[in-house]
Amino acid sequence: MKPANFQYYDPTTIEEVVDLLSQFGDQARPLAGGQSLVPLMNFRLLRPAHLIDLNGVRDLSYLRVENGDLRIGATTRQRQLERSTDVANGWPLLGEATGYIGHMQIRNRGTVGGSLAHAFPSAELPVAMVTLGASLVLSGKARQRTVSAEDFFLSTMTTVLEPDELLTEIRVPESSANTGWSYQEVSRRHGDFALAGSAALVRLDPTGNIDHARLTVTGVTPIRVRRAEEIVTGQKPTEALFREAVRKAMDGLEQDSDIHASAEYRRSACEALGERTLRKAAERAANSSKGQPQ
Amino acid sequence: MSTRQVRLTVNGHEYSREVEIRKLLTDFLRDDLGLTGTQVGCEHGVCGACTILWNGEAVRSCLVFAVQVNGADLKTVEGLAPNPTELHPLQQKFWEHHGLQCGFCTPGILLTAEALLKEKPDPTEEDIRQWISGNLCRCTGYQNIVTAIREAAKAMAAK
Repeated sequence: MKPANFQYYDPTTIEEVVDLLSQFGDQARPLAGGQSLVPLMNFRLLRPAHLIDLNGVRDLSYLRVENGDLRIGATTRQRQLERSTDVANGWPLLGEATGYIGHMQIRNRGTVGGSLAHAFPSAELPVAMVTLGASLVLSGKARQRTVSAEDFFLSTMTTVLEPDELLTEIRVPESSANTGWSYQEVSRRHGDFALAGSAALVRLDPTGNIDHARLTVTGVTPIRVRRAEEIVTGQKPTEALFREAVRKAMDGLEQDSDIHASAEYRRSACEALGERTLRKAAERAANSSKGQPQ
Repeated sequence: MSTRQVRLTVNGHEYSREVEIRKLLTDFLRDDLGLTGTQVGCEHGVCGACTILWNGEAVRSCLVFAVQVNGADLKTVEGLAPNPTELHPLQQKFWEHHGLQCGFCTPGILLTAEALLKEKPDPTEEDIRQWISGNLCRCTGYQNIVTAIREAAKAMAAK
């Protein structure tokens, strides 16, 4: 089908965008990469009266390292993240997660901010950003606030963004040395929406024990698996430890059921992926402390 | 019905048209510019039949509004052949190795392949399969497509 009619605006500054959003509120939608929004409009599942094209706002697209932190402008293309050597060196979890997003053509247009604001349950960037402890800058008219990635997601495709607010920047803190990472997901075919996904970070202390662990899986919103993190911290990284940790932590894990997979399947897949990503992250951490390539 | 003026370059030619704001780029290329090589498949970004090159990058034209390409430099399948009597190596190899049957997916795949070969002039079979995974083909089973792209890569490297 073709999209319904709308008014189109192509501002060049963040200020203009925010003015338009405060003018039109929930009658307006910002257009970034369009890889999620335009399909919804083509199906007429969404009929925004006002479409605000962000692609001409240069100040929204940047990728830089500042005081050790990674600062990502909201309309930075996913493909840029994928290709960036800064990201590959300092935040490899992000690079690995981004490679799972759809297909190359999608990542050429899709944006980092767009994926987060869209908050689709099986999306990779929300899970990765929660794991990395990222914070999001939300800009409204005459106000700006910073929200942790974990607090940003409320429900399926629902975030804390107010109708007159725009996600403008994502800040990812510096990763400490000897931290291993892994992003893994399961889908029917490469590039399909994930049925389950998991991200893990593991840091080893000089004795080889885990002194820091983060584990997140997909759910209606990204689920930070704190119980598993607690269980493995202070322990030697072993397969048995990880298996035990995810089994205990994901007992009764809430997952959706739909035509693609049952809740039971998703729970089981999250458990398996949780274990695998912890294992891989620990492996990479061990290699990094030995100075071996990843 | 609101409209906007759009000026852009497609396959090296300049065009200027007044276009309805909600018109998708695929329809603009086909209906307004008469470039019917780009196909309308799913209109929600999964099949790849609408793939074109925007500043050399493969994108889904069904997910772009025509008004967004003001000032842009686009390439469609019509712009692949270097001249009216000579095929692009990709087209030549697709012909030789039977890389198409109905041809519906072909324009999208040819342009996707061109983008691949610019980035990786010597791709492995794995590279090729990964790269074209965003383009669906109902006829061929992909094997001849992969062969054709590999052969084209060799032919282009030999030049």
